[in-house]
Amino acid sequence: MLSIEHYLFLGLALFVIGVIGVITRRNVIVVLMSIELILNAVNINLVAFSRLYGDVAGQVFALFIIADAAAEAAVGLGIIIAFFRNRETLLEDEMDLLKW
Amino acid sequence: MTPTGYFLEHLWLIPLFPLVTAGLMLLIGRRVPNIGVSVLCVGSVGLSFIYALGAVTQLLAAEPEHRVAQQILFEWLTPGPIHAAGHTVRFVADWGYLLDPLSCVMVLVVTGVGFLIHVYSIGYMGHEGGYYRFFGYMNLFMFAMLTLVLANNMLLMFVGWEGVGLCSYLLIGFYFLKKSAADAGKKAFIVNRIGDAGFILGILWVAVTFGTIRFTTQGLSDAAASSSGIRQALEAAASSGTLAMLAPTMTAIALLLFVGAAGKSAQIPLYVWLPDAMEGPTPVSALIHAATMVTAGVYMVVRMNAIYQLSPFAMDVVAVIGAVTAIFAASMALVQCDIKKVLAYSTISQLGYMFLALGVGAFSAGIFHLMTHAFFKALLFLGAGSVIHAMSGEQDVQKMGGLWNKIPITSRTFAIATLAISGIFPFAGFFSKDEILGGAFDRFLGMWIVGFITAGITAFYMSRLFFVTFIGYSRADDHVVKHIHESPYTMTGPLMILAVLSVIGGWIGWPGSLGGENRFERFLEPIVAGILPETEAVKIAHHARLTEYTLMGASLLIACLGIWLAYEFYCSKRIAPEIIAAKFPPLYKLLFHKYYVDEIYDAAIVNRVKDLGTGLGVFDAKVIDGLGVDGAGWLARFSSTLSMWWDKWIIDGLLNLGAKVTQLTSYPIRLLQTGAFSSYALLILFGLVVLLGYYGHHIQVLLRGGR
Repeated sequence: MLSIEHYLFLGLALFVIGVIGVITRRNVIVVLMSIELILNAVNINLVAFSRLYGDVAGQVFALFIIADAAAEAAVGLGIIIAFFRNRETLLEDEMDLLKW
Repeated sequence: MTPTGYFLEHLWLIPLFPLVTAGLMLLIGRRVPNIGVSVLCVGSVGLSFIYALGAVTQLLAAEPEHRVAQQILFEWLTPGPIHAAGHTVRFVADWGYLLDPLSCVMVLVVTGVGFLIHVYSIGYMGHEGGYYRFFGYMNLFMFAMLTLVLANNMLLMFVGWEGVGLCSYLLIGFYFLKKSAADAGKKAFIVNRIGDAGFILGILWVAVTFGTIRFTTQGLSDAAASSSGIRQALEAAASSGTLAMLAPTMTAIALLLFVGAAGKSAQIPLYVWLPDAMEGPTPVSALIHAATMVTAGVYMVVRMNAIYQLSPFAMDVVAVIGAVTAIFAASMALVQCDIKKVLAYSTISQLGYMFLALGVGAFSAGIFHLMTHAFFKALLFLGAGSVIHAMSGEQDVQKMGGLWNKIPITSRTFAIATLAISGIFPFAGFFSKDEILGGAFDRFLGMWIVGFITAGITAFYMSRLFFVTFIGYSRADDHVVKHIHESPYTMTGPLMILAVLSVIGGWIGWPGSLGGENRFERFLEPIVAGILPETEAVKIAHHARLTEYTLMGASLLIACLGIWLAYEFYCSKRIAPEIIAAKFPPLYKLLFHKYYVDEIYDAAIVNRVKDLGTGLGVFDAKVIDGLGVDGAGWLARFSSTLSMWWDKWIIDGLLNLGAKVTQLTSYPIRLLQTGAFSSYALLILFGLVVLLGYYGHHIQVLLRGGR
């Protein structure tokens, strides 16, 4: 029988993988994908607690987050394409214009 | 019985008509078509003429001693009580009009000849630019001239006097793009200023002497006549026996007024502007510089004759200046080659004649000559304009000749005018000139001799002009000759009317010795009567028949002699003028250069004034600009340099110091902002860990409580 701890562990694992991906990877597309992992880790947590407490609000939130993630991916990819056209690079350590 | 009637009650309309059209032309004339300009402007002068004619007719209905109509429109200047003649009087300058026999003559000459010249201008100016401007100025001139001759006091007369001066300036400089025309306008204006200074001083002196500047109170209702007139003041002084005390003042006033008259009427030494004034269009020369404006000085002296008759010295000055001007200007006219310049010097000479008449006390003869001169000199100028028109703008008589049959109307009317000015019986000039010479003969033989010789010279140079222009063979270029044509009827019509007037105009002064009764002199008699009974002697004595016939015969003879000489010189060519000129080279050169008067004036006055101006200019540049303006500028620059230094190093320095400090302290913090978002993400994570670490047990409690 899968208890709440299993779900939380899965979520935690996904979250950590995502965070490590965001921090360590250079390719921004991979970074974007890592962000999706983080969002899905949150989703798993929400759904798990929703089921635990028998409250559907968590699942509704999860659906919102999926829609939000789709929008975020669309916007993010758009920015990346525009950036690539200008700079011909996808490496995030070369995207350091926004500083003093 | 005092004269009354519609036209006399509407005297004020006479100057108003041209003023209205002048205003219209100068304000909206640009948008009025030429035909409209002609109808309006010529029509208004015609209307003035009709009203003047009506007014004169109604005035003539009264008995001679009551022929004065005076009308005060409003009190114009009321500076309050002034102290004059030992009393405190209420001084007032009216805006009022006076019609007496003298202004009758003037107003008819001005409107009549003015109207003819306006008609002529339609043809003459038809092809010129600025048609509306020309007629606007001409109408403005008519207004000013009519104000001058109809004014009932000296100050209003001065308004007209200055108005005609202004219009003269505007019209001489009508072709203002031509430098010589613009300069001539300025010269006329400035020379006239000198005369006007004398005139206004004379007016002021009259005002403080008599406490009034009104010419007379005759023709006024009692209420309006509260302040007296000059003539009444003089009569009062005569009856109280204080006139002798006034004599030096009278002399001074008369001389000052004569300075004004000499400026306006181009007498020595202020005549130099008139020859240059020929730069204006020819109708202007005819109207302003021959028939009307230049005679204003003569009119003014006659108007003030009561004062002049009290000062024999001033009369002598007038006579001498007039006589010298007459012969001097006539001699200059001998050698001029510009058709208009000859006429200009001739005008100066004839004006000198008029002043000679006034100076010897023959006031009515002077006005008589003024009138006949207006006829024949206007005719000469208009004829000259017609010639210039035919010759495509040529003014040099040496390039004319043989025009007698090519422009028949012009040449024949010109011939009549030449005979009239030469004083041939029975043309107009004969009668007026004869009266002047008669008056001069009575007074002083020397004056008569000068006038007599001048008459001969006049006949000679006018005939010379006529023969050279119209007789002989043509000396013009072929393309000019091909183009010669008679002028349109608008131009020849006035010529013919003026020619008739030049013939019959003198007949109203037909002398008693020839079976007439000299109506003109009798008409003017009330005006020129002296204040004192003994001044009656000044009037022309009627000498023996034999003397009169001799005088007439002599002047006719010398006129004929002049014409015959001119014929021999320039027509039959039995005597070559060049030989005569070569025999007396210094004299010829002197005449040709007009006695070098312009050069002398330039050297003695004009250039000195210019030097003064240049000197003041240098003073201005060096001292005022150099020390004052530039010094102030340097000070301002210096102080602003100081303040700029303060601003830059102290005020800005403090600000910059603050900014530097902020920059330096912010440097380590700035290092955190790498621009690479992975480092930001790491920071976020770090922050999350810190938050979780800090609030960790709270979350535990939360979870546990939830369960």
